[in-house]
Amino acid sequence: MSTPVTAPPTIINFTVDGRQLSAPPGTLLIDACKRSGIEIPAFCYYEGYSLQAACRMCLVEVEKMPKLQTACTLPVMEGMIVRSETEQIAKARKGTLEFLLTNHPLDCPVCDKGGECELQDMVFRYGAGESRFTEMKNHAPERQWSPVVFYDPARCILCYRCVRACNEGMGVGALGVTNRGVLSEIAPNKEDHLDCDECGACIDICPVGALTSNIYRYKTRPWEMQHVATVCTHCSNGCKTTLGVRNDEIIRGNNRDRGGINGEFLCVKGRYGFDFTASEERLTTPMIRIDGKLEAVSWSKALGFVAEKFKSVQADGGKFGVIADTRLTNEELFYLQKFTRAGLKTSNLDHAASGDLITLLDALSGQTDALATTDDLYKTKAALVIGSDLSQQHPLLAFQLRAGVRHNKTRIYTVTPGPVREAKYSATSVTVPLGEEYDALAKLTDRLKAEKELVILFGDSIKGQRVRDLVAWAATLGIPVKYVCLVDDSNSRGALDMGCLPNLLPGFQVDPHPGLSQAGMLAAEDLDVLWIVGANPLRHAPLASRKAFVVAHTMFLDETAARADVLFPSASAYEKSGTLTNVTGQVQRLKAAIKTMGAKADLEIIGLIAKEMGLAPTLGPWTHDIVFKEIHSGVHGYNVPLPVLLTGGAALTSPVNGPVKVNVLVDEIRSAGDTLFTSGSLGRHSKLLTSVPEFPGALYQR
Amino acid sequence: MFNEPHPDEVRIISKRFGLPNSASIDTYLAHEGYVALMKAIEMSPEQIIDELKLSNLRGRGGAGFPTGLKWSFIPRDNPKPKYVVVNADESEPGTCKDRLLIQNDPHQLIEGCIIAARTIGCKKGYIYIRGEYRYLIDIMDKALAEAYAHGYLGKNIKGSGLDFDLYTHTGAGAYECGEESALLESLEGKRGVPRIRPPFPAVSGLYASPTVLNNVETFCTVPAVLRMGGQAYADIGTPKNGGTRMLCVSGHVNRPGVYEVPLGFPMQKMIYETCGGILNGKKLKGVIPGGSSSPVLKADECDFPMDYDNYARMKTMAGSGGMMVMDEDTDIVKVALRTMRFYAHESCGWCIPCREGTSWLRKILTRMDEGTGRRADIDLIHELAKNMLGRTFCPLGDAAAMPTIGFIEKFREEFEARLRETTMLATTPDQLISIN
Amino acid sequence: MSLTFTPETEKILQDIWSRYPEGRKRSAVIPMLMYAQDQLGVVTSELVAEVAKRCEVSPLQVEEVVGYYSMLNKKRMGKHHVQVCTNIACLLMGGEALWHHATKRLGIGHKEVTADGLISLEEVECAGACSWAPCVVDGYEYHHHVTIEKLDQLIDSIQKVH
Repeated sequence: MSTPVTAPPTIINFTVDGRQLSAPPGTLLIDACKRSGIEIPAFCYYEGYSLQAACRMCLVEVEKMPKLQTACTLPVMEGMIVRSETEQIAKARKGTLEFLLTNHPLDCPVCDKGGECELQDMVFRYGAGESRFTEMKNHAPERQWSPVVFYDPARCILCYRCVRACNEGMGVGALGVTNRGVLSEIAPNKEDHLDCDECGACIDICPVGALTSNIYRYKTRPWEMQHVATVCTHCSNGCKTTLGVRNDEIIRGNNRDRGGINGEFLCVKGRYGFDFTASEERLTTPMIRIDGKLEAVSWSKALGFVAEKFKSVQADGGKFGVIADTRLTNEELFYLQKFTRAGLKTSNLDHAASGDLITLLDALSGQTDALATTDDLYKTKAALVIGSDLSQQHPLLAFQLRAGVRHNKTRIYTVTPGPVREAKYSATSVTVPLGEEYDALAKLTDRLKAEKELVILFGDSIKGQRVRDLVAWAATLGIPVKYVCLVDDSNSRGALDMGCLPNLLPGFQVDPHPGLSQAGMLAAEDLDVLWIVGANPLRHAPLASRKAFVVAHTMFLDETAARADVLFPSASAYEKSGTLTNVTGQVQRLKAAIKTMGAKADLEIIGLIAKEMGLAPTLGPWTHDIVFKEIHSGVHGYNVPLPVLLTGGAALTSPVNGPVKVNVLVDEIRSAGDTLFTSGSLGRHSKLLTSVPEFPGALYQR
Repeated sequence: MFNEPHPDEVRIISKRFGLPNSASIDTYLAHEGYVALMKAIEMSPEQIIDELKLSNLRGRGGAGFPTGLKWSFIPRDNPKPKYVVVNADESEPGTCKDRLLIQNDPHQLIEGCIIAARTIGCKKGYIYIRGEYRYLIDIMDKALAEAYAHGYLGKNIKGSGLDFDLYTHTGAGAYECGEESALLESLEGKRGVPRIRPPFPAVSGLYASPTVLNNVETFCTVPAVLRMGGQAYADIGTPKNGGTRMLCVSGHVNRPGVYEVPLGFPMQKMIYETCGGILNGKKLKGVIPGGSSSPVLKADECDFPMDYDNYARMKTMAGSGGMMVMDEDTDIVKVALRTMRFYAHESCGWCIPCREGTSWLRKILTRMDEGTGRRADIDLIHELAKNMLGRTFCPLGDAAAMPTIGFIEKFREEFEARLRETTMLATTPDQLISIN
Repeated sequence: MSLTFTPETEKILQDIWSRYPEGRKRSAVIPMLMYAQDQLGVVTSELVAEVAKRCEVSPLQVEEVVGYYSMLNKKRMGKHHVQVCTNIACLLMGGEALWHHATKRLGIGHKEVTADGLISLEEVECAGACSWAPCVVDGYEYHHHVTIEKLDQLIDSIQKVH
């Protein structure tokens, strides 16, 4: 071991506006300044995306350099002396803004961006308020590129953020630049329209009102809205979405503060798939089937009716079955399992299982820190995706991997039953027939052994013994391996953790008196009561018991509602508070954004049934924060730091680190296979999602 | 097409012009062709670079960067493949020399490229020729085929162990691609938008690999330097300004043409003797000395030895060697407008000051030319050009700003006269007010 | 609709393709477009798709290039694309008069085509014939020291042949 004669410096010292600063080598001046509270203005610079040096707003004075330098391309250098605000710089910026405004329409009064426009802010700061431009402005008409995206070239300042967000961030590359000079404009990939993820990242990242969304445009001024930061209700990735709300109407979704685990990212569902809340088909009143027909009744009548039925069935020793939705909050799931076990005295309780986390935990018992977080996906040196069209089914996880490829040179391996987007930048991509993914892994063994670490993400084709085989195989690689067991919905993970299972109590504790699984309940001809809280199991399988009294909480008159005897109109995730646990075990707070006439949160409905049945003293209060307290102190792994949650962060749960000895019902584990544009009945009732040409899409197409 | 040799000329790289079949390899071989290459094969890369440094050869494309130094920046221990790229995207207004060099002596360029490849250890090279010069691409392709047939290209060149493939590559109409990093983008099949520099092409050029990129004339000069020796070449010019260069004289002179003269050749002599003076016995108004990007010189400034340092002293530049001579009747406002129309058309649009600045200036100058200029416009033009200067992403912004500033500062009275003319055209007081 | 080229063009396209290293075939985009346009007379969507396929890029990446370069036309130009240079050196020598004469005689403007599709006009930037100004380029063929008479002769000869 010999040490080099001169070790490279680990810290660079420099001066900005008379302040002594330091930063690691390679840090861009603009970033180094930002971290020290010195804001250098820029339109084109965007942290995490490639450098452009196009807007010329970040010009600064650097001693010993004759010309003004762009802070966005200049790495900090030892002893460098920088001035970020001088008369010369202010003049340059003002001059550039004056240029920029020459062809800008200045239609701020009718522009969606007004009030949160970076160009407005910049002009306010540097005061290019007067224009000496007296010529005709170039004009080009606005275009609609998709049901979501509108482009107004006149407003466009050509910062190329949208192009990079689409190409680098999303891996789609649906936006480019055409023409040249002053006629340059952004162009979509299909001549006059877009064929893309419709994720709206381009719109969100646009500093001006050049890209606008059909959902939000001309609806409101930004300051008229309340901004409610909550968690997306669709897939399991758990993106933070900030809902812009006015008068109990959600007007837009975005990720305003970029503070969530998803940072820049939201997919079409997270950003625009909230409109099901305003669907005309929402159930707004409880209903009871009278003479074969569902009729609207009061809440008290419906609750009383259900409570009486439950009590009499219980008195007769009848058979209950309870099915929980995978979009309920942890509090609802926890309270429901308590109701089922302590109130109804049964473990006939289940949810639609979409991934075999249970076997994974069992196989990993004794290993700590073996479950990957969303952050791990960004930081890992290598990732292996098995049996999932990640960019369609788990778009945030795919986004994290792509960011890793760009920033950390992450190497991606995929083994999938068809082409996937990850193949574009993967080190190795293997396509095999469905179900044969595991067998193909041997081909990658040698290559993976050469990696320093690995995160394995696997879908529903790896379950039961295959999970054990996978863990055993990964152990032979001789490198640290972490796992993500992919599950479908916003709280599929919570349903497992909260013990909405026939054989596991909350925290993966074995239930000594296991009950019927979902398939078991549907097949049981002697089932007396089926209580379906939010899910729609009858869409895919019939209910065998002809006599079963079916109670369903639902938003829409779906297949399950068609068989129900009593319906309760339930609130969506955007109408209630509580917590959700995402696919990587991170808990986040859901915050009610709106109230919708007639609907109640499932927790309240469950609580009111308990009250009517006289179970309230047994089950305890049903306000979400009190239930969460119980989860926090009682459910293994949920003893998370509360400040993280309270400030809108994602708190990592710690899963069991011991054997989970239950018989996993492998055959019932099946992903619903939602694409980027579908989301069960929520998707079918979203006008926006059903209007995009990509709806419903298909997996493994690209 | 080329002018007859003039006694004032020192024909080094144009010496084969006019020979029968001058573009053929046989003619080339009969006139010292590929002699320098055989010499270079015997030399070490360091020796070649030393000769180039000694020669004081500076890039003939416009920037005038010392060629030997440029080649020495190639990191030869870099494991990536290395590339030689020829900038034959000649499109600076006023410039038509590379065209002659390829048309009349393509093998000279090929030889220069092979020597560059030998120097940096490169196996592939591309000659990026502007799309309009299709007939030159045909000539070049024919010459390349001849060079392959004679063993000067391909595998194991002349038994030296050297492998080198050279290809033509057509542009498609974009002045900006004359900027070296934009040319590389274009060569990679993209929009001709310049790259952020550093890194420079010597470190990260074509396909992010070390690349030697020079103008046609520069490569063409390399064989001569090796043949005659760096010192001998340097001795032709003035100190720090080695050798000859091809000056393209156009405009109002009796004998326009492309003349190869030593650096430091007097401009006065060039206009009045070599080129036979001003057309129709008119007086000289000014000269745009080094392509449209160079600030104009007034008639009384046109008497200095034309080398890089003296151009700089005159606050203009040698540029690409395109000397446009204007007689006393020349309408400077029109020239200024035509210049700005060019830059507005050719601005790639990447950065704000150039994209918007050139377009705005074009609009004001158009108005001025059409007779609806306002007095305040003159200062506005000047100030807007200054607001572009030094603030754009690439030199095109400066190239548009510098001549404009020059026209205003040196010929302000012509802009003012244009206002007076239009004032006289006004027939009502209202018009007077609205015009001025 | 699949696109077929003449054997000559196809040979050129394949030769162009072979010039660039593996994984760098995007380099062939511009030359392929240029030579294919010579045959087709215009850059069509089919051509864009074909070039994209051959060069392993997206059609959008090809469209970006087509929009950028002034010699690539999405509008069909005339059989003879007559380009008149009016840049400084030509301007000094009467290039503008040539341009006005051409537009007047043919009744068409910049990047417009005569009704019979025979001739199109373009006012171009410096064509690199400054010392032999003014110049007119017919397709790829240069004409130097052009006068109005010579321009008329050129147009006459084009019209006579067809």
